Amino acid sequence: MTLARQDVAKVAMLARLELSDAELDTMTSELSKIVGFVSLLDELDTAAVPPLAHPLDTQNVFRDDEPAPSLTTAAALQSAPRHDGEFFLVPAVLGESGAA
Amino acid sequence: MTASAATSEPYTTVIGLEVHVQLQTRTKLFCGCSTRFGAAPNTQVCPVCLGLPGSLPVMNRTAFTLALKAALALGCRIAAFTKWDRKNYFYPDLPKGYQISQYDLPFSSDGHLEVTDPKGGFVRNVGIVRVHLEEDAGKSMHDEAAGTADSRIDLNRAGTPLCEIVTQPDLRSPQEARAWLNELKLLLVYLGVSDCNMQEGSLRVDANVNLHIPQPDGRIAKTPIVEIKNMNSFRSVERALAYEAVRQYDEWQATKAELGTTPKQTRGWDDPAGVTRAQRHKEESSDYRYFPDPDLVPVTVDERQLAEVRASMGEPPAVLRGTLAAKWRISPYDADVLVNQGRDIVAYFEDVATRVGEGKVASNWLQQDVLRTLNERGESIDAFPVRPEALADLIGRVQKGEFDTSRGREIFAEMLASGRSVADVVASLGIAVVDDADLVALCRELLAENPKIVADVRGGKEQAAAGLIGQAKKKNPNVNPAKVRQTCLELIRAM
Repeated sequence: MTLARQDVAKVAMLARLELSDAELDTMTSELSKIVGFVSLLDELDTAAVPPLAHPLDTQNVFRDDEPAPSLTTAAALQSAPRHDGEFFLVPAVLGESGAA
Repeated sequence: MTASAATSEPYTTVIGLEVHVQLQTRTKLFCGCSTRFGAAPNTQVCPVCLGLPGSLPVMNRTAFTLALKAALALGCRIAAFTKWDRKNYFYPDLPKGYQISQYDLPFSSDGHLEVTDPKGGFVRNVGIVRVHLEEDAGKSMHDEAAGTADSRIDLNRAGTPLCEIVTQPDLRSPQEARAWLNELKLLLVYLGVSDCNMQEGSLRVDANVNLHIPQPDGRIAKTPIVEIKNMNSFRSVERALAYEAVRQYDEWQATKAELGTTPKQTRGWDDPAGVTRAQRHKEESSDYRYFPDPDLVPVTVDERQLAEVRASMGEPPAVLRGTLAAKWRISPYDADVLVNQGRDIVAYFEDVATRVGEGKVASNWLQQDVLRTLNERGESIDAFPVRPEALADLIGRVQKGEFDTSRGREIFAEMLASGRSVADVVASLGIAVVDDADLVALCRELLAENPKIVADVRGGKEQAAAGLIGQAKKKNPNVNPAKVRQTCLELIRAM
């Protein structure tokens, strides 16, 4: 099992990782080994095995719609690289927001 | 744009909608932080919705039940087994780097919601592809005027429960799309699933639109599908779709580009300018690298649960229109007006109608007086100063003939202004109720003074009696004109 260099480049782009050409070569070779190892599983016949949605045999875990204390704003912001006491500050984002 | 213009266009507009509504829960989907709108920034956040390491989500039961309610009301098939997936993308308002959503096993699918144009222009049964439950992202704000290089992030909204409702491309005009959204909103507000307040972002709509253009050889040319975003009202949806249809037709005439030859385009609606503008190209869905969220266990739904939710739903608007029209013998049009105003107005109407013992007159007063006043004052019915028992009292007195409708309206206006009862207003306006003996005496006087009118009426011209009303009002401003007329005619007949 070998991965194409361009597949690795795409995954890196999606993960927002900037890789040099040398790093891309290394990653392509190392990731190919990992994928090759995992692809051993392809040798199993799973035609009769239902897909597994979750490894735990547990379902329907809910909580009641009861408010619980939130963090203070100061505590929420304390680990942020930058904030103004009210908001997290990040490099300018222009364009769409909200859940897609 | 009018319906007749739509039918004369050389193409069919094909529209599908994707609607997100915020569910009416007290807390977020996976944590106990409040969902209240308008709080100070980053005051309703905790390790779970901030995506801090080691935190674990636990699903809100009420959110799931409300989503079930919406899906059942939309006629969806409910999956016996459902799970949640991570949708991976990077954006500063998405602290975890993924959104918890549903991908291949949504909890519901294959529904429909019909919309009827009350003016008779169309009836459209719109298919629902799926309804699923997911979390919202936070808000990012960028103040270009301030000239700073920073965007500010408020994560109060992150993790708020949303229902995503995706329709089939079944709508055929911007007007239909707007009408359908109104019907959807009405249904969800009736069910108590969402307040659907667009100003507060509780309801958001994206639209997919393209054109089907019949060709001389009989083939149908299909233009590339465009997704429109940034529409902040149902009116904007209608305007954006109307603009986009014309834009696509112009573009097709220039390029002849058809569906499948270009990637799907996203355009943003610029409301003040009244145009759509190209945005970045949408990533292919495989780029989101969905996979099952290992932090959440699956959910199963059985028939008993569904029966419970169904039992709590009440009548949806489409059914209530028919029920109301039949029960109170009002026209389908009147029932439509009342139901479209919401559940509280219907309750107010039924209260008044029950007390008066008649639907039609209650419906008239509701539509002509109550709804108009609410509109003018921008109030909701629960804060309306004239309560159902007071309005019913007023209508009852008009029906008994204590005063006529126009006097009734004056009393209504005074009740509205002062919040007082009918009896108090009648007393304060100096409206003495004229008793029958007084009225007869007054009419006899009038007839004695107007022999010509009496003669005309006896000669068959009943309308001549109208000449007596003004004189009667001069003698006693409190008389009911209709009763004066009726009493005079009876007296003349008895002569």
